[in-house]
Amino acid sequence: MDGLNIPLNHILLVSSLLFAIGMLGLMIRRNIIFILMSLEVMLNAAALAFVAAGARWGQPDGQVVFMLILTVAAAEVAVGLGLVLQVQKRFKTLDMDHANRMQG
Amino acid sequence: MLEIVFFYIAATVALIATVMAMTRANAIHALIYLIVSLLAVAVIFFLIGAPFAAALEIVIYAGAIMVLFVFVIMMLNLGEKGDKQERQWLKPGIWAGPAVLSVILLVELLVVISDVNGPVSVSAVSAKEVGLSLFGPYVLAVEISAMLLLAGLVGSFHLGRRYLERDHIEKGSSQ
Amino acid sequence: MSDTIWLIPLIPFLSSVALMLFGSRLKITHIGVLGVASVGISALLTLVLAVEFMQNQQEIQASLWTWMEVAGFAPGISFYFDGLTLVMMSVITGVGFLIHLFSTEFMEKDPSYARYFAYLNMFVAAMLILVMADNLLLLYLGWEGVGVCSYLLVGFWYQHNANGHAARKAFIVTRIGDTAMALGLLLLFTELGTLDIQAMVGAANQTWQIGDSIPLVACLLIVCGAVGKSAQLPLHTWLPDAMAGPTPVSALIHAATMVTAGVYLIARTHGLFLLAPTAMTVVAVIGIATSLMAAFTALMQTDIKRILAYSTISQIGYMFLALGVGAWSAGIFHLMTHAFFKALLFLGSGAIIHCLHHEHNIFKMGGLRTRMPVTFWSFMIGSAALAALPMTSGFFSKDQILLQAYQLPDLGPSLWMAGLLGALLTAIYSFRLVFVVFFGQANTEPDKDTGWRMAVPLSVLCFLAMIGGYFMIPVAEVFPASDGSHPAHWVEYVSISVPLVGLLIAYLVFFNRRLNVDGLANSTVGKSLGNFWLSGWGIDWLYDHLFVRPYYGLANLLKSEPVDGIYGLIVALNQTFNHWLSAAQTGRMRWYLASMVAGLIILITLAANLSTGVLQ
Repeated sequence: MDGLNIPLNHILLVSSLLFAIGMLGLMIRRNIIFILMSLEVMLNAAALAFVAAGARWGQPDGQVVFMLILTVAAAEVAVGLGLVLQVQKRFKTLDMDHANRMQG
Repeated sequence: MLEIVFFYIAATVALIATVMAMTRANAIHALIYLIVSLLAVAVIFFLIGAPFAAALEIVIYAGAIMVLFVFVIMMLNLGEKGDKQERQWLKPGIWAGPAVLSVILLVELLVVISDVNGPVSVSAVSAKEVGLSLFGPYVLAVEISAMLLLAGLVGSFHLGRRYLERDHIEKGSSQ
Repeated sequence: MSDTIWLIPLIPFLSSVALMLFGSRLKITHIGVLGVASVGISALLTLVLAVEFMQNQQEIQASLWTWMEVAGFAPGISFYFDGLTLVMMSVITGVGFLIHLFSTEFMEKDPSYARYFAYLNMFVAAMLILVMADNLLLLYLGWEGVGVCSYLLVGFWYQHNANGHAARKAFIVTRIGDTAMALGLLLLFTELGTLDIQAMVGAANQTWQIGDSIPLVACLLIVCGAVGKSAQLPLHTWLPDAMAGPTPVSALIHAATMVTAGVYLIARTHGLFLLAPTAMTVVAVIGIATSLMAAFTALMQTDIKRILAYSTISQIGYMFLALGVGAWSAGIFHLMTHAFFKALLFLGSGAIIHCLHHEHNIFKMGGLRTRMPVTFWSFMIGSAALAALPMTSGFFSKDQILLQAYQLPDLGPSLWMAGLLGALLTAIYSFRLVFVVFFGQANTEPDKDTGWRMAVPLSVLCFLAMIGGYFMIPVAEVFPASDGSHPAHWVEYVSISVPLVGLLIAYLVFFNRRLNVDGLANSTVGKSLGNFWLSGWGIDWLYDHLFVRPYYGLANLLKSEPVDGIYGLIVALNQTFNHWLSAAQTGRMRWYLASMVAGLIILITLAANLSTGVLQ
């Protein structure tokens, strides 16, 4: 749609808020599934910022980067969920605090 | 204009949905809220003139990645015990420290973006333009992302294999 | 003969090496023959040399090869032979041969027979090098060689810790003197540019006047070395303890030869000492002080060898006195006669110890006059010579020393009187020994008598001790002539009669028991004085508290290696920091996430600062 004139810093504000919420969730949750979910939220926020910036200048570069972010998110989720399965098998729990053998 | 109101509504929905997603104890509930959040962000994409990005957001992000999450959660079969455990872990006291850090970061981000100005969406960027850009200047990026996906594929296949082979024998044992 | 003079030290040296390498495989008799014959051959060669020298009076200089050549310093392995050398060599090889013969019977039952003769031969070779050396560096080589052999021989029965301790004490105490002597040699070389003795004395006379400070310092340093090796005050403490070695070793090393090396050194470098009269006075004072101290101590000792050890210290004090007053020939003469009678006394005591199954305490012996006649006569003659009774060899030499001491201006009469006191005490303690051991009741019975290998050396030495006074030693060319004046006759009469008075006192106290000194001895003053003298005037105690204990304390302090503690501190610091920092590695993911966020905040602050200047 043409000529909507949404101010850029409002969108960036939304993006920052989403990022902060995602980060909060990341630091608080102990279950690894939720940690991965928080990562997705953060990635989404960054993607929003990129697309908004691209739309500001009317260039496709923002959406191209969005696609790359999407790729990264997809690969990361795939591998991450595989790790979740392994964690469940080895520690018999999804508590991330149990995986502290890198201690010291 | 009305569309600007839409933007604010979509933004609010996204924020609330994300907050709900972060605070649920049941994993499936959290995922549903997350999907809602992603859909709201897709609406925002539409509104700022990036239809291709919006489509990708819905199809891949909400449609594939979140579904993958759901599959894994169902496979893990956490049940009631998992919910109780989550509630136990999610006490109010632990929000304090991370909240401080997040607030500080938020303030910094706001300060940084405060002097950015300019309206968005003078004109929409169509899928065709994105496509031409991808196969033009960004073709290398496409190749590399293909390799990345391959790596992810192989990695997840390897990591998930053992689980499937052995665990289906022990299916039904407590977790 | 002048081109084969090097055979004399070489033969004992080769014999020693052969015994060290093959000694365990040879039979006992062969070892004895090899050990004794090597010194015997050296003695014969010395005799030939002596005869030649008597005929043509020609000094021999035999240069073998240059030892080293560095920056103009080129000492050689070269031997110098004159009258003084002849006297020393005769004593070493002659008395040495007799002692080797004695040892074949004394050490017969010892399992380390070959090792003993190897060390003893090596000692003779080193001592010969010392006296035949042309330059001071070669002399120092011989000096160190005899020091090492003394250590090896004193600690011969190393299985007992006390012997090793005594050997170490001997080596360390003499080492102190040796270090001072090395400093003296360095000083002489720096000043004069050469260490060849003859050249050095000539250069010294040209460079310095009488009374200059540098020759004084050099001479005093040399005196330190001599004091250490000859067991004078203050470095005498090793000699009584060195009696832990086999008795023939005590006879050879600590009576006849090694302890006279200091006397020889001073006599050899007399040209240097003439330039420093203060040094000569110091030598005389050291000599007389040591002599008196040792004489008082010998009076109280009960171990037969320790009496003889202190007696040796005392007699060498007399030699030092002679050198200090300028009576060079008298000093060397006394050296020779002392070698005869002291070796005789030591061998005699060796015979007693051997036949009384290793009894050392004289008060446990007695009545041996009838049981061991050869030993008895040896002791009588030896003690008579030691006490300088008239017409014995000791009489002639000691008399000469005392008379020439009297003639020294200023100090002479006091030195002479002190010397007389020493002679009195010498007579008392030597005859105390004789009367207690050989007369009276027999507390221990000898289980064997001396064989011919012990009796023959004793007899030969008896003969020499008696007639040795009539030898004219050929040192007239070596030393400056004395001025030929004689003191008044009453001086001579007093000198002659004092030893006789001593003999009388000893007779009355220890033989007849007419003169009862028990009251005196048991009084508080007498007891404390007696104990003081018995302990050697407390010098051992002094050294123990002054040097040994602080050293041990320091060593114990450093045992835990405090300097290493600095490195240990670095390690400890590292470990502490590691401990603190590794607390940050909790292993928990949420902690890492939080720290990443904190880092992110800092980065963004910096980036914001760069772009917007917020923090300024």
